[in-house]
Amino acid sequence: MQSQENARETVTHGADERAAESSVPVLETRGLGKRFGRRWAVRDLSLKVYPGEVFGFLGPNGAGKSTTIRMILSLVRPTTGEVLLFGKPLRTHRGEVLARAGGLVERADFYLYLTARKNLEIVTSLRGGVPREAIDEVLDVVGLLGRADEKVKTYSHGMKQRLGIAQALLGSPEFIVLDEPTSGLDPQGIKEVRELISRLRSERAMTVFLSSHLLHEIEQTATAMAIINAGTVVAQGPVTELLRSPVVRLHLEASPGEAAERLLRSEPQVTDVHREDARLECTVPVELIPRLNSRLVEAGIAVHSLVPRRSLEEFFLSITEGASEIVPTGRRRPRSGQNGAPR
Amino acid sequence: MRSVLTNELTKTFRKWRSSISFLALGAVVPLVHLAFWWQRDRFLDIYARGLTQDFLIFGNLLNTYFVTSFLMNSLWIHIPFLITLGAGDQLAGEATGGTLRILLTRPASRTKIVVAKYTTALVYSLALVLFLVGLSLLVGLAFLGTGPLLVPGRNIVILSAADAPARIALAAVLAVWAMWTVASLAFLLSSLVDNAIGPIVGTMAVIIVLLVVSTMPVDLFAEVRPYLFTTYMNVWQQALRQPISWEEIVRSVSILGGYSVGFFVTAWYIFARKDILS
Repeated sequence: MQSQENARETVTHGADERAAESSVPVLETRGLGKRFGRRWAVRDLSLKVYPGEVFGFLGPNGAGKSTTIRMILSLVRPTTGEVLLFGKPLRTHRGEVLARAGGLVERADFYLYLTARKNLEIVTSLRGGVPREAIDEVLDVVGLLGRADEKVKTYSHGMKQRLGIAQALLGSPEFIVLDEPTSGLDPQGIKEVRELISRLRSERAMTVFLSSHLLHEIEQTATAMAIINAGTVVAQGPVTELLRSPVVRLHLEASPGEAAERLLRSEPQVTDVHREDARLECTVPVELIPRLNSRLVEAGIAVHSLVPRRSLEEFFLSITEGASEIVPTGRRRPRSGQNGAPR
Repeated sequence: MRSVLTNELTKTFRKWRSSISFLALGAVVPLVHLAFWWQRDRFLDIYARGLTQDFLIFGNLLNTYFVTSFLMNSLWIHIPFLITLGAGDQLAGEATGGTLRILLTRPASRTKIVVAKYTTALVYSLALVLFLVGLSLLVGLAFLGTGPLLVPGRNIVILSAADAPARIALAAVLAVWAMWTVASLAFLLSSLVDNAIGPIVGTMAVIIVLLVVSTMPVDLFAEVRPYLFTTYMNVWQQALRQPISWEEIVRSVSILGGYSVGFFVTAWYIFARKDILS
């Protein structure tokens, strides 16, 4: 939890009240669930997002990310559990807490027949009004100030997405929720959005809740994260901690390949061995790698390369593949060595 | 609340779809006046049913008041259709466009947004009816002039030229009231679906079916007729009767008002609890 503590320390609030709130999660969900008909889209979801964090909410398409975000921003009523923003229940303090938050849910849609500025004026009227300079400021932040008076129908997808982020920033919120903000953007657009998110955290001490199905996006941007699959959180914690997985995917090149494969398969702790000529892949505990290397060399096998991959991508895939094994009763099938949260 | 309402009005009146309604009326009204002016004797013969042959009538019967009251017959189907374009779009149009997500993640309560949107639907309906009547009076003054108001029907009524403006004004007010019920129905259907076409088609379907039940002289429908709002949609015609039956007007206005309130409260209840999945 070290990085959470560090993140909290980086946030400086002006008011004493805000300072006192720094230990209170900006967002907390308790046993949150949503059922549509007989299907649970989200089930028993408990999250905590602390001030100053960029919280990555990672999951494959259809995992329940957008439903969760819709509940956080009061678009969808939870079937079970509750959402707390700034320590207060959203259900009873909706106006008060949403005044301190901003959001972009899925695609950025606007009134296409109105200008970007007019669209933002409509948003500000729902926040109780903000000065005209504030609109210019957020347009400037996302690089659209020069085209503020053009109708949104003339905008490209990337510009609309940036305008979506601009409307989320109106009123200087302390917390913004961005649902797949880089969706459909070109590489340059993705880079700009990532940089913008980093700036929001570093320059404005803003807490960001960022959902994505792209692992590397969360890996590059987030400080803490949760992985959701089939409506359930399967892992949660600081990104650095989650990366410290005790099991890695080992990529090695050795010859002769057949002998290397036989040796790997003889190790009980080595699993999921695949070979293509001299290239091999297997899953091994981190501490086993040096011994495995020695055994290969001792057996007269030439080891050309040996690369343990600790990336979140391997971790994410292993977690979500496991979590997708949902038995019909709704209980996850027990797996050895996995209790739903990584150590 | 004022700024929310102002923005809702801006959104509605800046839409091309809204302009089409006013443009359509702007074209139809002068055309009808032109037709009456062109063949005034023929029309007079049809509507006065030979009255001018048996009686000596002083004054211009085919005037702006007569044509305006004639045009108000579009309040049965045509104006309700134009009203549903605006009122039915209020909530469902935002859902279709995906903009509900922006509106409803703001501190403003759903109640405030629903009230602003409903008010906008009412203002839009008011503007359409007043535009129809106002434009007709203006065009008629230029083409046909003023005179006594001929009210065709089972018994032909001729109201004096002095009375005619007040009667037309009262008819317009009552027409607005009736059209607000249509707007309320469209608004209710708008709260139920995420596609703006649904409320437009749905409202017109309901109105046409109920109008058939309300107006067909069939005993089978007599029992339900007093309970249908379409039975009272012609309340504006009460303003052109002689003498005016205030009792009938109050009854019609109350029933239409009751329906409007019922439709709005139901729409608010549904929308306030609705999961926004669009």
